[in-house]
Amino acid sequence: MTLNGKQHQAETAMLSRQVDGPGGAAPQGRTAEILQEHIVEVVSDSGEGAQRCGQSLAAIAARSGMGIWTVEIIPAEIQPPHRSVAGASGNRVRMAAHRVTNVGDEADLVVAFNEQVLLSRLHAGEVKPGATIILENMWTHDPNPEIARAYAKVRDEVRAAGYRLFEVPMEAECQKSVPDPRRGKNMFVLGMLCAIYSLDAELARAQVRFVFAKKDQKIVDANIELLDAGRAWAEANLDLRYQIPAPPVTEPQVVMNGNAALALGVVASGMEVCAMYPITPATSASHYLSSVFEKVGCVVHQAEDEIAAATFAIGASYAGKCAVTITSGPGLSLKQEAIGLAVMAEIPLVVIDVQRGGPSTGLPTKVEQGDMMAAIFGGHGDAPKVVMAASSIEDCFYSVITARKIAETFNMVVVILSDAALATAQQPYPRPKFNADWLAPPVNQSAVPEDARPYDWDERTGIATRFIPGQPNGMHCLTGLAHDRDSHVAYDPEINEEGLLNRSRKLAALQTTLRLAPVFGDEEGELLLIGWGSTRGAIEEAVKRLRADGHRVSSLHLKFLQPMASGIDEVMRRFDKVMTIENNWNDPKDDPLIGGDNRRYSHLAMLLRSRWLVDVDCWGKARGQPLKPAAIVDAALAKLGKA
Amino acid sequence: MTASMSQCLMQMVQTDYAISDYQSEIAPRWCSGCGDTAILTAMQRLCRDEQLPPEKTVSVSGIGCASRLPHYMNAYGFHGIHGRALPIAEGIKIRRPDLHVFVTMGDGDCCSIGAAHWLHAIRYNMNMTVLLHDNNVYGLTKKQASPTSPHGMKSNTTPFGATLNPLNPLTVTLGVSNVSFVAQAVDWIPDLLYQILRQAYHHKGLSFIRILQRCPNFMEHRFDDWVRDPSKMRILTHGDGLRLAPDLSRVYKNQETHDPLNMERALALAALEGEIPVGILYRNPNVPCYDELRAGERPNTPALVETVLNEEFDKVGIWPDGAAAQVGE
Repeated sequence: MTLNGKQHQAETAMLSRQVDGPGGAAPQGRTAEILQEHIVEVVSDSGEGAQRCGQSLAAIAARSGMGIWTVEIIPAEIQPPHRSVAGASGNRVRMAAHRVTNVGDEADLVVAFNEQVLLSRLHAGEVKPGATIILENMWTHDPNPEIARAYAKVRDEVRAAGYRLFEVPMEAECQKSVPDPRRGKNMFVLGMLCAIYSLDAELARAQVRFVFAKKDQKIVDANIELLDAGRAWAEANLDLRYQIPAPPVTEPQVVMNGNAALALGVVASGMEVCAMYPITPATSASHYLSSVFEKVGCVVHQAEDEIAAATFAIGASYAGKCAVTITSGPGLSLKQEAIGLAVMAEIPLVVIDVQRGGPSTGLPTKVEQGDMMAAIFGGHGDAPKVVMAASSIEDCFYSVITARKIAETFNMVVVILSDAALATAQQPYPRPKFNADWLAPPVNQSAVPEDARPYDWDERTGIATRFIPGQPNGMHCLTGLAHDRDSHVAYDPEINEEGLLNRSRKLAALQTTLRLAPVFGDEEGELLLIGWGSTRGAIEEAVKRLRADGHRVSSLHLKFLQPMASGIDEVMRRFDKVMTIENNWNDPKDDPLIGGDNRRYSHLAMLLRSRWLVDVDCWGKARGQPLKPAAIVDAALAKLGKA
Repeated sequence: MTASMSQCLMQMVQTDYAISDYQSEIAPRWCSGCGDTAILTAMQRLCRDEQLPPEKTVSVSGIGCASRLPHYMNAYGFHGIHGRALPIAEGIKIRRPDLHVFVTMGDGDCCSIGAAHWLHAIRYNMNMTVLLHDNNVYGLTKKQASPTSPHGMKSNTTPFGATLNPLNPLTVTLGVSNVSFVAQAVDWIPDLLYQILRQAYHHKGLSFIRILQRCPNFMEHRFDDWVRDPSKMRILTHGDGLRLAPDLSRVYKNQETHDPLNMERALALAALEGEIPVGILYRNPNVPCYDELRAGERPNTPALVETVLNEEFDKVGIWPDGAAAQVGE
């Protein structure tokens, strides 16, 4: 692994290709500035297509071999008021000459369709000081003097603040091609961005054709005209020309967001039933799955509520078709009783929780790693279940396959934690090569031996062979009550503890098969950062930067949160200090009321402290935003006393 | 013995089920005089008469006195959680059309904590037989008013009498779109209970039977008026419906020929005050079934999964030559 940023730059520079061809030549003799990476944001009112523009830019960049990471900028309402700070809708695209694993820091270039949506990004602190801003200037001439004044005010402030502002007559330019530029301005902007970043013109046209594949040819042509117009305008009028030299793609890749990866993971895992109830930000996984699942003879059942979704899935699993239910935090809370039933009756079940900000309805469209404790300990009683976290888009895909296998091998509930950041972010990853071993075996319908018992727990593993309806001689009544090996209701103290022990034992048996991921960075040092889930890319990028500056910092990322792999203790003890980095709440140490006796730690920190008696500190944010590498660097330096 | 003869004999052996083949080794632990016993007997009789293989029969329940029923059946049983018997049964049925699914719920299970599932199960109209054991009271938790408890009923949570009018499970069920079979039975006329259950079993779609059931402990005299006065029982008959044996016919003279496709009359019967209608109130065999609508058109084979996955990957694919197979977002 390359930890030295400069060395990495040199490598990628050597691999860079000369840009040529009709779309790639630098205009009018200007040479493109070579960049290692850039973060671009496109924001508009809802419905003006900034999201599509950003996604298309990312797709074109990815096809050009760049590393990309995209994040949606989503207003909370479906139809927020026009020209409002709260209504900003769009996309952030981080493009780089190398693989990108996270959202990055502040934006280098922002395209805004009006000054109010620009303000929302500035207020959020998402724009780098001195960044380039490309702003639609039609508002200068707005018949409503208030709008014209508002525009002028923001424009002047932005300029005064040192941003590099380009006012572009997008509307007027688009009008030369189409009568209603509100629909289509996004393609004009896409054309401008392709010119700015020296992206191939034909690749861009192909993308537009794909986006409008289901539309009339006239619409496709009009949008391509706008795309080309945007490119031509930028080449003639904008003194902005960048090139991000990407190495050529060497193996087939796929580009998708985390929810699409989860959905395809469900297909690849061989599960045949998904029961769900709509909930942001999980639903798009079920949307996509709905469009694919029936092609392989499977079903997405939109249940009447979260509880029905969980119990429907449990019924399907019980009948031999291991099922999945996909939800987010509030849904996980509602499903807890059903999850307890699956634990008690030892029915395999995969639960996917695409986390959002909580508690209660919280921040439905925004990210938080707030459900780890609920996933592990959420239900009543002692209910051991497996909890794993996906750390990248690719990991979303493979996690589902692993989860189904574990669920069926151990007859356990497996919770996969993803989150809103992964759900909406897009990233290329190596195209998976199908493996028939991913799939579930056929439903066992063979006769059960006469003396076999439904809960004949294995002494070493705690696993019992499950009898599935249809198997002759296997008849028994499964129950959520305490039960003996015959599945008979039993309130006997010894029998109750026998069940508790064996259900717990399965978790221990699984634990012995887990392998800890390697430490990122050196195996020992001054500070170890430990993370889980979607923060992996940001943490590792921060570690790279810190190490490049000579700091002895490493990181460890956990895939399994319950049970945890062996070896964590040994790693922690090789570092002077250990701190978790989590996208969730922890009490600030400098609060006058908060001290050692009452400080509430982040989830992972709490678990690590309790299990290994190591003084693990935690740093985290619960702002509804993905963690940024620069913020993690600052937190690490502060912990090292070097801030 | 030839192979075909031995096969034939094996088949005979396998399908010659007696009532005892459906009785589990656990003796029912319902109170003496509990109406649930009559319902269990009717179930076992049905399984015997239809020769349902025990391994292909699944009895699903929630929580409550009634929900102990699966423990007493020698079949696959699923004693789930309070109120959720229906979605569990739906999950079982969705990919296993070969299984005979029976659902047992109490009035608290069905009409209170699981009420949402009840309405939607009627709408899904999946192939299963649903028994609502309605004794108008919470028994297992020791006498609280249920949604079907009569107005004024004194219970541990309503010491001064239940303040609300009861919910009518029949009119509610009849009011749900896609309803396809609604019947009412009483535990004290076991022959009609059995006949209704058998009709329900043969119905294509979800058959819902509300069974008025006596609780000897907490609602001892609830149905006394009707048990003692057969004229207050209105027996619904039609061409291919219930057949009253001559002795029953002599006792239950209050009979009505009812066309089970007549929803208007069904609603009127369901809302009867004073009389208890027994029989099939509504039956429509032509309502689409969700399990059939959602049945997979193609089997989920490895080859098919591989093909479909590759189709999806192609849509978002990037290839080493820089081009996309199909350019995607």
